[in-house]
Amino acid sequence: MSEVLVVVEATREFGVKKVTCEMLTLARELGTPSAVVLGGPGAAEALSAKLGEYGAEKIYAAESEEIDGYLVAPKATVLAELVRRVQPAAVLLASAQEGKEIAARLAVKLDNGILTDVVGLDADGTATQVVFAGSAIVKSKVTRGLPLVTVRPNSVTPAPAAATPVVEQLTVTVGDADKLAKVVDRVAEQKGSRPELTEASVVVSGGRGVGNADNFKLVEELADLLGGAVGASRAAVDSGFYPHQFQVGQTGKTVSPQLYVALGISGAIQHRAGMQTSKTIVAVNKDGEAPIFELADFGVVGDLFKIVPQAAEEIRKRR
Amino acid sequence: MNIVVLVKQVPDSGADRNLRSDDNTIDRGSANNVINEMDEYAIEEALKIKEAHGGEVTVLTMGPDRATESIRKALSMGPDKAVHVVDDALHGSCAVATSKVLAAALNNLNADLVLCGAESTDGRVQVIPHMIAERLGVAALTGARKLTVDGATLTVERQTEEGYEVVTASTPAVVSVWDTINEPRYPSFKGIMAAKKKPVQTLSLADLGVAPAEVGLDGATSAVLEHSKRPPRSGGAKVTDEGSGGAQLVEFLATEKFV
Ligand SMILES: Cc1cc2nc3c(=O)[nH]c(=O)nc-3n(C[C@H](O)[C@H](O)[C@H](O)COP(=O)(O)OP(=O)(O)OC[C@H]3O[C@@H](n4cnc5c(N)ncnc54)[C@H](O)[C@@H]3O)c2cc1C
Repeated sequence: MSEVLVVVEATREFGVKKVTCEMLTLARELGTPSAVVLGGPGAAEALSAKLGEYGAEKIYAAESEEIDGYLVAPKATVLAELVRRVQPAAVLLASAQEGKEIAARLAVKLDNGILTDVVGLDADGTATQVVFAGSAIVKSKVTRGLPLVTVRPNSVTPAPAAATPVVEQLTVTVGDADKLAKVVDRVAEQKGSRPELTEASVVVSGGRGVGNADNFKLVEELADLLGGAVGASRAAVDSGFYPHQFQVGQTGKTVSPQLYVALGISGAIQHRAGMQTSKTIVAVNKDGEAPIFELADFGVVGDLFKIVPQAAEEIRKRR
Repeated sequence: MNIVVLVKQVPDSGADRNLRSDDNTIDRGSANNVINEMDEYAIEEALKIKEAHGGEVTVLTMGPDRATESIRKALSMGPDKAVHVVDDALHGSCAVATSKVLAAALNNLNADLVLCGAESTDGRVQVIPHMIAERLGVAALTGARKLTVDGATLTVERQTEEGYEVVTASTPAVVSVWDTINEPRYPSFKGIMAAKKKPVQTLSLADLGVAPAEVGLDGATSAVLEHSKRPPRSGGAKVTDEGSGGAQLVEFLATEKFV
């Protein structure tokens, strides 16, 4: 079976991201998965066990200071060289900022089509995408070159399938043209040990109804009790209740968790855009007419300041 | 500084949007078309840089005839002039071809800085800035929530999952921005009047030296095979809190095995 390249998403702190395991699971349906690690010196070693656990038969490791020290371009160059050499059946990247950007450059370099935010991929290269705020489903295909797709987190259930990957070190030669955008600093802002928003299986979000930044403690508490991530509506972010990187919606993150809890969120179309494909939706809102109830599998009409603390208490009791 | 801002006209994300049944492209004809929201932040950033450092701001749009409305709207915020790439052959162009056309137009504009929104609200593909930079061989500083200009040195704070990165480059460069970067101004009455007289140059594919076969539906590198409406979610149980709403909520979560 031919090779399918999966470009690894990982963080310094937590290692291989869930979306990588999802992509490896998807890749196994299409061919033989090979993981591609693009990072600083030593990057692959820390990740290889996990990549093997999800079925990577091979790991291509491109490791150099330059890959880490410049934005995106060096990664795309290395990947393009690899694709030309191994002629894979498909290339999968994560549908997040950097994955899309690497794919963008790769598409130009190879004069190859590209599909983003893919939620399913058949062996014949037909991709499924959800568009327009989750209101339409599209089947599409790359018609020039190989299937180059970015996969939306939480679209595939990751399933382990142990393999013992062979590691191939790639020689990295990065020219001046790829060293135009220099990364001079990386600053961590994520707080606490909560799961990452787009990857979490539970997301608890607060809106304008939460009232102020301090009250977001309530949202955080419920999220922690459910092992989830915290999200926020744009109104909550714009009012300074919660940082922008947690915004869910049209101009924020798209999430697709097993459970989405909306607290004090009206359910504007732009908010729905980011959460409509969640499996189960629960809403608390004091306005019984709020549009969020049109999507909620379970809704409670009432004051979140009464309902949320009671729910938290009840969860603790059941433990 | 010579700044070009990429502006796209998109169907209003606040209303129903559809794909056409004949060729699976976005139905722009029946939609209420507006400036892609994120592009307004790019225009604002360009105007701020011009105000601080001098120079000229040009709006560049690729789109059908009716995109003129969005161009005038963009100009009413304060840019000096616009270039509109319009050609029937462009209908249905994929991202790869779009970047080719925009890069060809930029080649003639001599920009020190190309500003654009991080993504458009219709496709949400987020690939155009890097595609253009790749074609032009210039730096791409993407996903900026802050941009500082110091002579020919650009520095951005780029939002990431973990926090942010500080990235620098020299001009010429492409910078894409998120809506956290500034607060776009509203066009003044004076601005709206002035926009009517600002020069808008229209360019065809022939003017840019791009062959029609390289763009549009025929030249596309990907194709939409079919589309369907996603069945709307139907609301489930709704209870009114009469003192036990929190407990009822947990009861539901328990049945669904979340607690
Ligand atoms: C181009 C564009 C892009 C946008 N992108 C996004 C986006 O990415 N994400 C996003 O979220 N929005 C986005 N918006 C904004 C969106 O249109 C809404 O304005 C926003 O989602 C509203 O947030 P909200 O529901 O928190 O606030 P509101 O609409 O003000 O709703 C607050 C809700 O809280 C309820 N409430 C108040 N107090 C309580 C209480 N004590 N207990 C229970 N309920 C209470 C109220 O009944 C109300 O329903 C975008 C808009 C535009 C034009």
